[in-house]
Amino acid sequence: MKMRLEAKNVSCGYAAKTVISGISLALNQGESLCILGPNGIGKTTFFKTILGFLALQSGQILLDGEDIHRWSRRKLAAKVGYVPQAHNPPFPFKVLDVVTMGRTAHLSFFSSPSQKDKEIAEEALCTLGITHLKDRIYTQISGGERQLVLIARALAQQPAFLIMDEPTANLDFGNQIRVLNQINKLVQQANLGVIMTTHFPNHAFYCASKVAVLGRDKMFTVGTADEVITESYLKAVYGVDVQIVDVGKRDNSLKVCVPVAANCG
Amino acid sequence: MLKAVSLPDASGLKLLLLPLLLAAGFFVSFVIGSYPISIETVLAIIVGKIMNLPQSWTKDMEIVVMKIRLPRITAAILVGAALSTSGAAYQGMFKNPMVSPGLLGVSAGASLGAALAILFSYNIVGIQIGAFIGGMLAVTITYLVSVWLGRNGDTMLVMILTGIIVGMLFSSFLSLIKYAADPYTKLPTITYWLMGSLASVNSNDVLIASIPIVIGLVLLMLVRWNLNVMSFGDEEAKALGVNTGRVRLLVIAAATMITASAVAISGMIGLVGLIVPHLARLLVGPDYKVLMPAAMMMGGLFLLFVDNLARTLYAVEIPLGILTSLIGAPFFLYLLVNTKKKGWA
Repeated sequence: MKMRLEAKNVSCGYAAKTVISGISLALNQGESLCILGPNGIGKTTFFKTILGFLALQSGQILLDGEDIHRWSRRKLAAKVGYVPQAHNPPFPFKVLDVVTMGRTAHLSFFSSPSQKDKEIAEEALCTLGITHLKDRIYTQISGGERQLVLIARALAQQPAFLIMDEPTANLDFGNQIRVLNQINKLVQQANLGVIMTTHFPNHAFYCASKVAVLGRDKMFTVGTADEVITESYLKAVYGVDVQIVDVGKRDNSLKVCVPVAANCG
Repeated sequence: MLKAVSLPDASGLKLLLLPLLLAAGFFVSFVIGSYPISIETVLAIIVGKIMNLPQSWTKDMEIVVMKIRLPRITAAILVGAALSTSGAAYQGMFKNPMVSPGLLGVSAGASLGAALAILFSYNIVGIQIGAFIGGMLAVTITYLVSVWLGRNGDTMLVMILTGIIVGMLFSSFLSLIKYAADPYTKLPTITYWLMGSLASVNSNDVLIASIPIVIGLVLLMLVRWNLNVMSFGDEEAKALGVNTGRVRLLVIAAATMITASAVAISGMIGLVGLIVPHLARLLVGPDYKVLMPAAMMMGGLFLLFVDNLARTLYAVEIPLGILTSLIGAPFFLYLLVNTKKKGWA
């Protein structure tokens, strides 16, 4: 059975300040949603609210019809995984230890992971094709590898949905594509629902089944990539002129968006 | 047919070695001291307590072993284990390898409480209770003020800064007490006790302090996995399913309880809670699943070793706190220099 994550007329922000409001969207397992929007528009704030770090100011966030803001951390973590932007912890953990931490939501408060949890963590590494990193030190591997390890950690959590905060930020071109391919694989093969933010409309074309765009003045649109990402809409949101073109063969074509140099100001 | 048994990895093996070393250290320490007793006699006296043995030792020997050396050795292990385990716990919880039990003002608070008890001529139980109340008071103030100040921002940094301020405040009250204390009777007692020493412990002190220390150690051992996750930061820990508020409260309460109880029997013993967790991390790695028991046993071993030095190096005993600081300070500098090169290990 497919689960459904739903935001209904959500407003969120910090204490007295509302950052974004009137957000409604829904996502099933096996779908991906890309959130686009300029810097500082509230994408991260929205994520923090879904994950329960920030209290909802109004509206509801439902998972299979249940209000998740009443759930315990453990219950929520068993359904919704979070892939933050990679940063360095203060201690040089081994990669396998980091991935095993994904099992925390399935452990009781007073217990440590068992051999079974270690195996699930190794499986997650295998799914992402990074088993060779198992015994490396997390703080000493590259940014792209670290991002994949954090995705593996979220997989070891065995959630239904993944929330990914700019999974391609700070990665080189090859690693960006590799991470996006992995995300596509997780959505199509592992039946995960993925919500991610990105600064690249091309990434949305490449891997999103749905796109949501947040803009200034409460501008908010959600739909398929083809519907939402248009030349005029990108102009309105980002204030730059772009052209959207089809590339590749007819039956396997991909849209890409390229800047129009003359009008870039 | 033999079933294949999965071998513990390298850090697991090292962890198995530590209890053996600790046991060896425990027995060898009985032999050390100005009154010469052979290891056979020590073993015979200890075994003789449990079962009937023909008495081959003098009454004096039994007193030295059971009444003087046993409490002192046990106290050194308990205090060392307490300080380094709480140091390791604080370091994980505050994502900060530079943190120690002194951080939250616990040591200063406990010292103030104990000094007040000495000033009012309470007995050893009174001093222990005073240290405990002082430590708890300091950490409660630190916790409440930092939660209030940090409600919209970085709780962690605010908490560390608040801890430093609270520690300073308690230390100045402590100076005030020393200033007011009778310079012929009370002041030397307080001053000597503050330097940190196990010279005057007796079995009763150790027994009373061991109850909260053991309870606290068990609690920290039980929640140690959560500290791994907490070291990635509050939000990631929450997203991984940790109730961070509950873990923090439990860890602070347990670590404070064992620190205050240790301070009550030993006085201020600096830097153990900072350097031993680092040594443990060098030996078994940063995973709290093995780090916590390693830090606990290495802390016991370390303080036992230093206390043996303290009571044998010179004819006059050197206060333990001075020795740990003499050893600890250069090590701390070494850590600072090393960190710049390759990060925390």
